[in-house]
Amino acid sequence: MTDQQIPSPSQAAPIVPDAPEKEPGESRWHAFVREVTQGSVLISVLAVLLSIIAGGILIAATDEDVQRAAGYFFARPLDTFRAIWDSVAGAYSALFQGAVYNFRRPGFAAGIRPLTETLTFATPLIAAGLGVALAFRVGLFNIGGRGQMLIAAAAAGWVGFALDLPFGIHLLAAVVAGIIAGGVWGGIAGLLKARTGAHEVITTIMLNFIAFYLVSFLLRTPVLQAPGSNNPKTPAMKETAVFPDLFGPGYNLHAGFLFVIVATVVVWYLLNRSNVGFQFRAVGENPHAARVAGINVPSVYVWAMVISGALIGLAGTAQALGTIKTGFGSGIDAGIGFDAITVALLGRSRPWGVFAAGILFGAFKAGGFSMQAAEGVPVDIVLVVQSLIVLFIAAPPLVRTIFRLRTPGASQRPSRRRKAVAR
Amino acid sequence: MTAVAATRAPEPALEREAVRSWKVPIALAIFTLVALVLFVALGRDGTSTFRLSTEADAFRLPDLALPTRAGCIVLTVLMAAITAYSVVRSRAARKTPLWLIALFGVLFVVAFLTWASAGAAVPVPGLLVGTLGLSVPLIFGALGGVIGERVGVVNVAIEGQLLAGAFASAVVASVTRQPLIGLIGAMVAGMLVSFVLAAFAIKYLVDQVIVGVVLNVLVTGITSFFFSKVLTPNASVLNSPPKFSRIEIPVLSDIPIIGPALFRQTIIVYVMYVAVALVWFFLFKTRWGLRLRSVGEHPQAADTVGINVARTRFWNVSLAGAIAGFGGAYLTLGAVGSFNKEMTAGAGFIALAAVIFGRWDPLRATLAALLFGFAQNLQNVLSIIGSPVPSEFMLMLPYVVTIVAVAGLVGQSRAPAASGKPYIKS
Repeated sequence: MTDQQIPSPSQAAPIVPDAPEKEPGESRWHAFVREVTQGSVLISVLAVLLSIIAGGILIAATDEDVQRAAGYFFARPLDTFRAIWDSVAGAYSALFQGAVYNFRRPGFAAGIRPLTETLTFATPLIAAGLGVALAFRVGLFNIGGRGQMLIAAAAAGWVGFALDLPFGIHLLAAVVAGIIAGGVWGGIAGLLKARTGAHEVITTIMLNFIAFYLVSFLLRTPVLQAPGSNNPKTPAMKETAVFPDLFGPGYNLHAGFLFVIVATVVVWYLLNRSNVGFQFRAVGENPHAARVAGINVPSVYVWAMVISGALIGLAGTAQALGTIKTGFGSGIDAGIGFDAITVALLGRSRPWGVFAAGILFGAFKAGGFSMQAAEGVPVDIVLVVQSLIVLFIAAPPLVRTIFRLRTPGASQRPSRRRKAVAR
Repeated sequence: MTAVAATRAPEPALEREAVRSWKVPIALAIFTLVALVLFVALGRDGTSTFRLSTEADAFRLPDLALPTRAGCIVLTVLMAAITAYSVVRSRAARKTPLWLIALFGVLFVVAFLTWASAGAAVPVPGLLVGTLGLSVPLIFGALGGVIGERVGVVNVAIEGQLLAGAFASAVVASVTRQPLIGLIGAMVAGMLVSFVLAAFAIKYLVDQVIVGVVLNVLVTGITSFFFSKVLTPNASVLNSPPKFSRIEIPVLSDIPIIGPALFRQTIIVYVMYVAVALVWFFLFKTRWGLRLRSVGEHPQAADTVGINVARTRFWNVSLAGAIAGFGGAYLTLGAVGSFNKEMTAGAGFIALAAVIFGRWDPLRATLAALLFGFAQNLQNVLSIIGSPVPSEFMLMLPYVVTIVAVAGLVGQSRAPAASGKPYIKS
């Protein structure tokens, strides 16, 4: 397996944000204004806007009232536009009220509950997104989130319900168990890559299946199965092992979110400030050059996958000890391992970018369900909007063409831009 | 190659042309050891019956009955012999031939089935039919992946192309009541997904893996949305396509054992045989294929001799999408008979694994896809014959085998050099 053909999203990260070059003699304020009006901030906002418009078109086109009104469009065109407005605005306001603030509830405490729901959904997404992003930065594509989450959830869950430990220590032990389990599962793929060159895309996919069957098996044995039950499901977690609620029992947001904030800081420090992170990024940029520079590339692959798996393990732990405390089955990963890839891409594999992307996707998840309940718009529209956002953000020239924006540094050609950013 | 090169110190004996590689013998030895432990040490008594024909066959073979323990021992000894031969070859710095490794694999599978089916009967034709059925979308997807990577665009969007093909074929065939037109719809849908992939990867230079992953999500979202909102309320009009009927090829379908599996199939499967052969032929035997591969290996050189890199990539990636979309049609028009939310269930990613496992070669990728199809089909067979150990471990085994095989046998493979790299004409 050559390293040349490793899918290298890490390379895209520097290409994508086309930060305008600072011209000599330009004041900081000027640069800031230019950044906002032409640079990546504006592109991101416009990308979100475009995606929401595209989602709105889908919602309107499939709405029955709109279709009925369009039947007599030439007789009374206003009816059609009103129906379109009703369907789209209704759906998006339901989304907003399900994700951020519900105006129909009395008082701030009840109104803000959707926001805490958003953060609850965001917790595992951020953790897993960090894991995928870290692997991206090393030039590795970790599709094994599902397996790593399952193994981590099983380990954390087992500590959570089978052991009797004092308050505090129990939770910590369960979290550590989950993180280690995820790290080990990710590390297998890293070790195989380092030792034999086996492509991590294959090994992580295969490890997903292996983890699924392993956990399914354990869920049928007394190791994980609730005693006296025939369902492949664990018993409920012990009180001492679950993440405590942050805002009391009325809200689902749990202390796992704090762990995720800490994880984001740690990953940021690791990647941007530490020696290890420098080696990681060097291997991600160019493994050949890194090897010539004396970096032990195989060891970087192993450790990157271990840390990546550990972060995704934190996501699995958050699911088992925070979201679903009453015992879980083999569907505990809830597709987060794959969602995390999109989160990492939207966050451009930067720790705080992933954090923000995770919250945005958490909001879509939380709001999507209330939109489906209130307006009958299938929750899948959220997937469409999410993926369009990533697609548009990844292609700034497209957004510029649509909105007829000036290319920053007008004479810049793509090739020059690449070189400029690669510095 | 860095990973491997870094672990291995530069060998002083480089003047000898061939370098001894111990990966194959080691991998074979591991499998032989597994066989020794599982099939011999933990051997089971009884008789394993292989049912070789179905009621419908013209020539009916008698059931093949093997004493389980003796059969396993014989098969394991044969595997040990191949391993020993491989060791001898490696000592002489020569490669173990591929057909021998394949034979080893077949022996292992037969030994496994013999061991698993003590006291029960394995319906061999059913096993083969099921394997091929599950492999069809994987093979089409893998062909699409091979073409994409050979021309220099990593096609992670196979999943999306399959799903789009399945969706379009169901809707088009339902509306027109013509499954053949549904097939065309599937190809167009797969191609549309490819257009987006190609436009973003080639024109906007977005990382191909990003576009691929995102397209999978996008297609999943769009098809699921329309499925819930439009297809489900109008299922009789929009989601009840006529299925293809099976066509028996007169003489060939009467061949014992393999005949029913290979030649009693729908037209999609026959197209697949042709497609595999054609893709191989065109890739390696025609000028078109040479150009395609040169663009994937060294776009700059290709550009220098006057090949339009961007155009070559664009149209070949589109072709790859059409092929993958065709495979998606099998799910609706060949197998299930209607579209379902996320009905590909990760087949695209397995096809991607088959592409890499098959070393970017259409024939090898097809074999890899068949292996994965067999792995998935094992579930059905084990539920019929019962399983000596918890069935989860049996189901896990093919994936473990794949990991060992990838680590041991395929590790040193090399992808098309420019695969995944945007080409910027300067």
